[in-house]
Amino acid sequence: MHVNKGTGGMGLDVSQLQELSRKCRRSIVEMVHEAGAGHPGGSLSAIDLIVGLYGTRLRIDSTNPDWNDRDRFIMSKGHASPAMYSILHQVGYLNHDDLMGFRTLGSVCQGHIDMKWTDGVDFSAGSLGMGLSFGLGCALAARMDGSVREIWVMLGDGEMQEGQVWEAAMAANYHSVGNLKVMIDRNRIQNDDFLEVQMEVGDIAAKLLSFGWSVREIDGHSMPEIVDALEWAAGIDDGPCAIVAHTVKGKGVSFMENNPSFHGKAPTDDEFVIAMEELR
Amino acid sequence: MTAPSVGGASRDGYGEGLLRLAGDSRVVVLDADLGKSTKSCHFRTQNPDRAISLGIAEQNMMLVAAGMASSGKIPFASTFAIFTERAFEQIRNGIARAELTVHICGSHGGIHTGTDGSSAQSIEDLAIYRTIPGMTVLHPCDDLSAEELTVQLLDHSGPSYMRTARNKTPRVYDESSVANLSIGKGSIIREGEDVCILACGVMVSESLAAADGLIGDGISAAVVDMHTLKPLDGGLVERFASECGCIVTVEDHSIIGGLGGAVAEHLSAGFSVPIEMVGVNDRFGESGTPADLMSNMGLTSKDIQNAAHAAIRRK
Repeated sequence: MHVNKGTGGMGLDVSQLQELSRKCRRSIVEMVHEAGAGHPGGSLSAIDLIVGLYGTRLRIDSTNPDWNDRDRFIMSKGHASPAMYSILHQVGYLNHDDLMGFRTLGSVCQGHIDMKWTDGVDFSAGSLGMGLSFGLGCALAARMDGSVREIWVMLGDGEMQEGQVWEAAMAANYHSVGNLKVMIDRNRIQNDDFLEVQMEVGDIAAKLLSFGWSVREIDGHSMPEIVDALEWAAGIDDGPCAIVAHTVKGKGVSFMENNPSFHGKAPTDDEFVIAMEELR
Repeated sequence: MTAPSVGGASRDGYGEGLLRLAGDSRVVVLDADLGKSTKSCHFRTQNPDRAISLGIAEQNMMLVAAGMASSGKIPFASTFAIFTERAFEQIRNGIARAELTVHICGSHGGIHTGTDGSSAQSIEDLAIYRTIPGMTVLHPCDDLSAEELTVQLLDHSGPSYMRTARNKTPRVYDESSVANLSIGKGSIIREGEDVCILACGVMVSESLAAADGLIGDGISAAVVDMHTLKPLDGGLVERFASECGCIVTVEDHSIIGGLGGAVAEHLSAGFSVPIEMVGVNDRFGESGTPADLMSNMGLTSKDIQNAAHAAIRRK
C-alpha cells in the first residue's frame, strides 16, 4: 500500500481502522507464536494507537523510506516490535514472510526494532527511556529545516521510570517544540509485574502538565477517541503535547489481557489457536 | 611541565575547530552546561540558532544528538570526558548501534585535569569507547591538532569520541605540520632506531622530552603521536615494532584498555616485541597541580625514559 505523502495517513475511517487493528493483532500473535518468543502484551495494548496514527496522520512513503521530510514515528518501547512490524506489513514495508522470520538470524524483523535493519523504522530501540530524547532531536532538526514534518513518539508507562524521560520532557518544554507529539501506552504492567507493585509512576498527565506540556487522557482502545486525540495533538504548535492513553495489556486476547506473564512470553500452540479464534 | 607561551589546551583547539565548521549549516552543537569548559561556547555565541543547550542531562543530550543525526544534521556534543561516560549506554545503544554520525567530545580527560580531583579525571574513557563497534576514538596532543582533527570530522562518517585536555601543554605541531594529520594515521614526530614511543594526548610532548633525555644515554627513540586510538594505525605500529624491536606506550589514562591495550592487542597477533606501558596504574587520581599529579602517578618524561630502558633490556 502506497501511503499518500501529501495529506498524510491512509485516509481510513473508524470502522476501517478497527478492522486494520484486528488484522494487526492477528499478525502480532502469529509472529510471536512462530518465533516462540517476543512481547505480545505491550504490542496488543499499543496497536490501536499505532493504527490510528498510521491510518489517519502519518506522512510516509513506503516507496521511499528515507524521504527526509516524512513524519517520524519513534517507538521508544522497542520490545513491542511485533506491533511495529504488523503495521509496517500493512503499509507495505514488510511482507508476511518477513513477519514469520521475526527473531531469526538475519531477519529484517529483529527482536527489538532497529532502524539499521528495517525500512520504515525510525529509531533503534530496545533500551527503554531513550525514544523521547531521540524524538526531541528529530523535532529540533525539523524546526531548523523549516519542515512541516511531525515527530510522533510512543512511550510505555513502565519506561517512564527512567530518569532520561524526564530530562527529555523538561528539555522539550524549554525548547518549545510544537512538532513533538507523544502517545503514552498506559497499560499499567511492566516486565516483572504491575507498576503498582514494581514502582508506580502515578499521575502521568499531572506530571507532564507540571513540566509545561499539553496533555489529554483517553481510552486507548476507543478508535473515535484516538482519532480525536491525534487531531487535537496535531493542532498544538506551541510546545510538546502528550496523549495519555489508558490501555489494557494484551488487549483482544482474553487470557493475555491484564496478565503480566504475557509481557514477554509466546502463546503455546493451544493458546495460539484460542487467540486466533478470538481475533477472527 | 611548563606551559607554553603561545597556543592553548587541546580543548581550545576543539572550540576553534567548531568555529571553522560553522559555515556548514548541517553542523549543530549540543551542550550540557559545560560549554565554557569544553570551549563549544564560542560556537554558541556566534551561532545561537544551531546551538542546543540541554542542561545538566547528558543522557538526554546524546539521544537528542542521535535524533538530529538521523535527520541530516551533523551534531557535535560535548561535556567533560567523565560525564560522557554517564551516557555510555546511550552512546552504545542509541548512537553507535544505529551507526549515526554523532561527534562526542569529552574535555578534561585524564589526571592532567588537576585540582578538581578524581571525580573529574576520566582515566577510562578511551578504553570504554574503544570497545564500541564502529566508533572512532581520538585524543589529540595540542590545540592545533585538536582543531585540525575536529575540522576533519566534518567529512567523517560514523560516531566518534574525541578526548581533549583541560590544560595547556607545549605545542607539538605548527600551522604547517598540522596539515599533515589524518584521522586513523599515526603521526611520526621523530624517527628513531632503538625504541619507539607511541604516545597520545598530553603525553606526546612529555615523550618528546623523554626522547631528548634518552639521547644522553646513547639511545635513539622514535616518537609517534597516536592521536587516533581507533581505528589503530596497525601498519605503523608494526613498522616500528620491526624497526625498533621494542615499544613504549604512553598515555594519561589507565594502563588497562587504552593506547597500551590497543597496541598490545594488535601486536599480539604476530609480533613478539617487548612493550612497556606508561599510564595510570589502575588507581584513581586525586587533587593536585598537573605537574605534581603527573609526578605522583609516574607520568613524567623520566618515567618514560625508565620504561624505554626497560623495554630495550627485554629485547
